[in-house]
Amino acid sequence: MIKIKELHKSYTMGQNTLYVLKGIDFDVREGEMVAIMGSSGSGKSTLLNILGMLDTADSGTYILDSNPIKELDETKAAIYRNKFLGFVFQSFNLISYKTALENVMLPLYYQKVNRKERQARAQNFLEQVGLGPWASHHPNELSGGQKQRVAIARALVSEPKVLLADEPTGALDSKTSYELMDVLQKINDTGITLLIVTHEEDIAKMCKRIVHLRDGVIVEDKKVKQVRASSYVE
Amino acid sequence: MWNRDRWQEMFYTLRKNKLRTTLSGFTVAMGIFIFVLLFGFGNGLKNSFQEFFMDDSTNTVWLYPGQTEKPYRGFKAKRRIIFKNDDLVDIQQNFPFFIEYLTPRISRGALVKRGKESNNYTIRAVAPGHQYAEKTIITNGRYINEADVQNKTKFATIGRLVENDLFGDKPSIGQQIDVGGISFKVVGVFKDDGGDNEERLIYIPYTTRQRLEKSNDRIDQIIVAFRPELGYAGALALEKKLNAFMRKKHNIAPNDRSGIYVRNVAADLKETQQFAGVLQWVVFFIGIGTLLAGIIGISNIMVFVVKERTKELGIRKAIGATPKSVIGMILHESVFITTIAGYVGLLAGVGTLSLIGDSLEEFFIINPYISTNTAVIATLILILFGAIAGYIPARRAAKIKPIIALRDE
Repeated sequence: MIKIKELHKSYTMGQNTLYVLKGIDFDVREGEMVAIMGSSGSGKSTLLNILGMLDTADSGTYILDSNPIKELDETKAAIYRNKFLGFVFQSFNLISYKTALENVMLPLYYQKVNRKERQARAQNFLEQVGLGPWASHHPNELSGGQKQRVAIARALVSEPKVLLADEPTGALDSKTSYELMDVLQKINDTGITLLIVTHEEDIAKMCKRIVHLRDGVIVEDKKVKQVRASSYVE
Repeated sequence: MWNRDRWQEMFYTLRKNKLRTTLSGFTVAMGIFIFVLLFGFGNGLKNSFQEFFMDDSTNTVWLYPGQTEKPYRGFKAKRRIIFKNDDLVDIQQNFPFFIEYLTPRISRGALVKRGKESNNYTIRAVAPGHQYAEKTIITNGRYINEADVQNKTKFATIGRLVENDLFGDKPSIGQQIDVGGISFKVVGVFKDDGGDNEERLIYIPYTTRQRLEKSNDRIDQIIVAFRPELGYAGALALEKKLNAFMRKKHNIAPNDRSGIYVRNVAADLKETQQFAGVLQWVVFFIGIGTLLAGIIGISNIMVFVVKERTKELGIRKAIGATPKSVIGMILHESVFITTIAGYVGLLAGVGTLSLIGDSLEEFFIINPYISTNTAVIATLILILFGAIAGYIPARRAAKIKPIIALRDE
């Protein structure tokens, strides 16, 4: 599903150049649930942003679903993001003036799905994440966990092949985090590939594979026995 | 553009961001409103200058007798100059090539009575040509004619308001009026675009006035109308020659400024037209300035609007918005707001002009107006620049990497 080779990324701040990714080789197969771990500044979020085409690499190759990404212009990248990828951010990134339902409907607007169908599909996904009754609420009327579920519903509504989550539990308490991981595991069970950036060990253990990053290189890449989040959720 | 979904999305966004929408709209509406108002005022100012000359002919030279200041050819200083009928004849004979018509004018105030009604009016004793000099419009009957002058008839042509005062709704033609104790027959009624004062006048033959004043042949002033084809240069030449001719005839020193006064309406008009030309430029620059201020205002608000939405645009891009759709969305919104607000400002401006227009006459602003073309073009310019002002930051926003936009707070 995802193939990257010799991926490099640096940021220039004034006269200093900060090398964040220093040649990453990394494959993800369809249906995997991968945790990308590392301390702050290890480059894990940068890697996820490049994989999500929110940012570009300086060099290296990135192939998503057999398509070389580097050659895509911004318009094609937007279409890819819309069709193949779903995002979940630590800070939710919901549009504040839209209701939960309208936020979830938005990716379908860019797929030119008609309004009625958008509404029906968005409502269905909100119900899948347990937020059916909260559809008409605005983000500021929802708890952190609820906002993240809306974000997950929004990421899933366009039926992506890969779901990218950057510290999805970072702003949540433990109980809500496990509930959320339960939702993500169930999503993975349906065959959707998941990449989760986290620095929490217990969250990483709920994935099937853990990739450790340190100073811009992969120092460990191992398969683990997945801990089911449902065992923590009553 | 005609995608129903896009319109719905736009209306929704505008409705949910009322303050932002109102602020941008207000800037545009205010720009057009002030433009229409100032442009209208400028035109009104121009109108008042034009109106000043509108009710009189512009191809006339007016001669007024004065009092000499300098002794000349044996005549002492402080001598009163008096125009007489022979001046009319001499001017006519010496300037046949220049002259279209000429008329004397003798003005007297008199109590005018008709039955129980009476009032004081100015009585002007004139020749038939005076009708053209003052652009008097006959609404009923006729003006004083050549036969009246020859026969020294006691006929009068009265102003519309004189008729109103003395006759009310009844017909006045053929009726007698008492002018300072002398009975005159009304032969005509006139109106004049020069305003109420010009319609409270009574015209009688100048020869009749002279007969009533002990059969003298004195004239208060002479109005000489020259052929319009002479143009401005010809008018100046005539003025100069007439002045010299009359000074010579009445033995006034060439450098004595007080002996005789000459007013050339053509020269006055030329000056006024030049001033009106300057005014036109002033109006034009006010218009351009206001439009520029409006455009800068819109640009500012658009930059602010796009900046404020950077994060939202980042989110939209992350979930699939293409650069084209981001630009399209902002442009659609900005053009929509500018068009509606521009139209509102236009209507408000035109409405205000027509509401307060009449009350501005005392400030020398007559009939302030803005032509539909000017108003529409100004609004279109503002809409166009509103679009450009929206496009530039929108394009910049569309180019920002989604991750950078997402980090914007």
